[in-house]
Amino acid sequence: MATTATDTSAYTHDHGNAHVDDRPFIRKYIFSTDHKIIGIQFLIMSLTFLLLGGTLAMVMRWQLGFPGKPLPGGTLLPETYTNNGVVLPEFYNSAVTMHGTFMVFFAIMPLLVGVFGNYLIPLKIGAPDMAFPRINMASFWTAVPAGLLMLAGFFVEGGSAAAGWTSYAPLSARSDLTGVHLGQIFWCLSLIILGLSSIMGSFNYITTVINMRAPGMNWFRLPLSIWALFVTACLVLLAIPVLSGAAILLLFDQTIGTHFFDPQAGGQPLLWQHLFWFFGHPEVYILILPAMGMASDIIANGARKPIFGYTSMVLAIISIGFLGWGVWGHHMFQSGMNPTLGTTFMISTLLIAVPSAIKTFNWLGTIWQGNITFHVPMLHALAFVSMFVIGGLSGVFMAASPFDIYIHDTYFIVAHLHYVLFGGSLFAIFAAVTYWYPKMFGRMMNPFWGRVHFWLTLVFYNFTFFPMHQLGLHGHMRRIYDPTQYAFLREMQPVNQFISISAFCLFATQFLFAANFILSWFKGEKAPNNPWLDNGLEWTLPSPPPHGNFATVPTVYRGPYEYSSPHSDLDYIPQNVPTPGGAGAAHPQPAGD
Amino acid sequence: MDKLLSWMLPPGASTFVGDIDWIYYLILAVTGIAFVLVEVALIVFLIRYRKRPGRKATYIHGSNRAEIIWTSVTAVVVVIIGILSAPAWNKIKGREGVPPNAMPIGIEAKQFEWNVTYPGPDGKLGTADDFTIRGQLHVPVDRPTVAMLTSQDAIHSFFVPSFRIKQDAVPGMHIRVWFQPTKVGEYELGCAELCGLGHYRMRAVVTVHTQQDYDRWVASQAHSVAQR
Amino acid sequence: MAHAAAMHDDVMLPPSSRAAGAGVYNEKLGMWIFLGSEVMFFTALIGTYVILRFAHPDAWIGHPRTTPLNIPVTAVNTFLLICSSVTMVKAFAAAQDGIQRSLRLWLLATAMIGATFVGVQVYEYTHLIEKGFVPSEGLFGSTFYTMTGFHGFHVTIGVLCMTYVTIKAFRGKYSQTDHRGVEVIGLYWHFVDLVWIILFTIVYLI
Repeated sequence: MATTATDTSAYTHDHGNAHVDDRPFIRKYIFSTDHKIIGIQFLIMSLTFLLLGGTLAMVMRWQLGFPGKPLPGGTLLPETYTNNGVVLPEFYNSAVTMHGTFMVFFAIMPLLVGVFGNYLIPLKIGAPDMAFPRINMASFWTAVPAGLLMLAGFFVEGGSAAAGWTSYAPLSARSDLTGVHLGQIFWCLSLIILGLSSIMGSFNYITTVINMRAPGMNWFRLPLSIWALFVTACLVLLAIPVLSGAAILLLFDQTIGTHFFDPQAGGQPLLWQHLFWFFGHPEVYILILPAMGMASDIIANGARKPIFGYTSMVLAIISIGFLGWGVWGHHMFQSGMNPTLGTTFMISTLLIAVPSAIKTFNWLGTIWQGNITFHVPMLHALAFVSMFVIGGLSGVFMAASPFDIYIHDTYFIVAHLHYVLFGGSLFAIFAAVTYWYPKMFGRMMNPFWGRVHFWLTLVFYNFTFFPMHQLGLHGHMRRIYDPTQYAFLREMQPVNQFISISAFCLFATQFLFAANFILSWFKGEKAPNNPWLDNGLEWTLPSPPPHGNFATVPTVYRGPYEYSSPHSDLDYIPQNVPTPGGAGAAHPQPAGD
Repeated sequence: MDKLLSWMLPPGASTFVGDIDWIYYLILAVTGIAFVLVEVALIVFLIRYRKRPGRKATYIHGSNRAEIIWTSVTAVVVVIIGILSAPAWNKIKGREGVPPNAMPIGIEAKQFEWNVTYPGPDGKLGTADDFTIRGQLHVPVDRPTVAMLTSQDAIHSFFVPSFRIKQDAVPGMHIRVWFQPTKVGEYELGCAELCGLGHYRMRAVVTVHTQQDYDRWVASQAHSVAQR
Repeated sequence: MAHAAAMHDDVMLPPSSRAAGAGVYNEKLGMWIFLGSEVMFFTALIGTYVILRFAHPDAWIGHPRTTPLNIPVTAVNTFLLICSSVTMVKAFAAAQDGIQRSLRLWLLATAMIGATFVGVQVYEYTHLIEKGFVPSEGLFGSTFYTMTGFHGFHVTIGVLCMTYVTIKAFRGKYSQTDHRGVEVIGLYWHFVDLVWIILFTIVYLI
């Protein structure tokens, strides 16, 4: 089997391709072309950046809660970062920028798309691997230098990028305005390189889902996680190149003297915003759709009930994918853009609330009359729904453009974005990691500590981010190093302090998750094939599955949400089990277990 | 802490309070109701439908009727919010919204200060009696003021929370922003777009005078300009 | 065993034992989808040019006819690139018919014409820079070099891939039953040609 082509196209594996991988360690685990290994590589990379992004948030929250007080450990930092331990505005602006940059591009996006896109797609559609395994490997190994380059910004003169994760020009184009030169250049270069990684991943995922589904896995039998990842990959394919283009233009303004965003030479600062947000809005749907998809899978499983309104859920995913292209201007209501455009973007933005609402009602419909098991992933998935609702509803306030005049660039926006990205995406990620951990590593995460982590996170998370709505309503601007400069904000300092302390507790709590993750890898209870009694194809395989996945190509007979079906005594029927008594049916057995 | 966590908007001092604040309260009511309904339903379902021995989940795939109802209700509600909001948007930000008798001033933002140019006693911008002051915005009460806003360097944002007004100041662009204060007093102006290291202290004082005091103030400023 | 299976399967048809997909084999589908991302990339660059030039004509500094662009030479270069698409079509036809000699020669021609195109572009760049038309020369400098530069970069990658495919062809790696590489590079090549036609029209002629 050593002669098996590493280019595993579907044709060569019609008899299934599960086999022992006897290649050397480096080919098996470092430069692997196995989608499962690559998914785990992205997992390790992304969780590291999640930790880094969280640490930067702690720096920000320290300064906001206790302005002018020395940061614990601050005296260890170079004098360009702190002065006698007190955070300097240079470091604060850098932390603001890199927190957002790391979280969006190197944590949440790769966690959802790089990890679960890679891990789940071939398994859940019944394929031996992705369509282009070597390009998959290239995608990961392109993301790594992009991440290193972004990190390198902290170690060069001038420090890291400091113009916000949105990098508005001309601030980001002119080092005389930020005091940062190399750091801003690295920011652009890093994203251009990361863009290549993402694009490679996207056409790989799309080709795989279209062309490599197992027999019987027609489109409307796909799990919602796969639908969501598929639409997300389409968004990545079409949106990321626009960011790449924008970053190139900015890089050229920074380095070779072009004038794209330079008003003195006829350039247009607003051009940056249009390009960035034309990418940026589909990007936020990239950051939520896979979360919604995986939450759907987990909620149906926990409720032991079919997804309520599967077709509507699919249509909602697709319509979010389409409508998401037409709302970018809502980030630019106050930008000086033609106000008439503002009205059109207000309408399109209000309309996009509809498919998300549909999904929420369908999740409620799924648990209604269910038989709910509260396993740890289910807890996180339910928190996802409940927190995402808050985030989605807060979005309505800013969609109404006249009220956005007041809350734009205030903490109301910060509250909204964290409710959807943390309350939404990150809780879904906790759910998904816990859920698929046994499949990935062959061990269960500890459920007791999983519950402790869940409850503490839920409480501290809400204490941290809910009061930000009030800060914003009071007029508290974003990205300000010292709110006490303003009399109208000084009275809100107790709120800032409360938020900061909650944030420190929230951050500390995550070490429970990290410890659980790491320790379970070595000491966790050994996982059966199907610990959650799920219908998906991956649960018919050993934990972890062998290289090449399926020993025989599975045939799919139904969708993935047939829980509590009258066709079986068990409350689940895996997708590849023939219908009892139907054509080709053998004695019905639950696969795996 | 109680007052700090209130959902009420802080008191305002311009006519825009009347145009904007009710939109906020309307959306608060609508989203508040949606929030309560959804979250309560969630909690009730989690309790009522938790796994217990002898129970089985209902094998149902959905309901087209439910989908149609909740989709249309949501769509109608958001469209109504849009329709109700549009007039305020046009009034505040639209070209035609600027009152014709508004007093003109110029505001130039730069790292990290606000420079306000006043038309002087003749009330016209661009004439010899104009004067510029840094960090202070003086306006008369109950009269509209329209500022031609621009920036010298990065993008800044002109934000007076008490007036409920915000407008980005973009280099290379001259953007009209207007407001009509309704209460005499002192307010704060802050920058609401990250503009560099001093963004956090790009503050100015906004003083709303009675018309009499304002005229007096203008005269005294013009006097010192003339003396130079 | 896996190899044996490959020999029996028609690799230029979609996977037979899978659910119905796009009706084309993976590599071809993948290239079409990838080209979608390239469309968006060039749209961002060309869109920037269009917006900067036509939405704010008063702010526009630099205009094709006042810059030292050599339109006749570039027109010939455009013609060459179009010819290379023709040779590419002939190469693919030869592959489909299994005629090795024609395949090799037409691929070689395509690669060489492509390389010539890049060469002429480089020559034009040095010529323009000598005359003082550089990327920092107003908005036209900025947009011209960015658009044509990235197009040239894409052609260069295309020439490298084309060379690789040509070498493989000379080694007899393509047959009537498996010439996926030829079709896939062909798709990329035609795309790059199409982008140039659009660029040439918008940037040089209008």
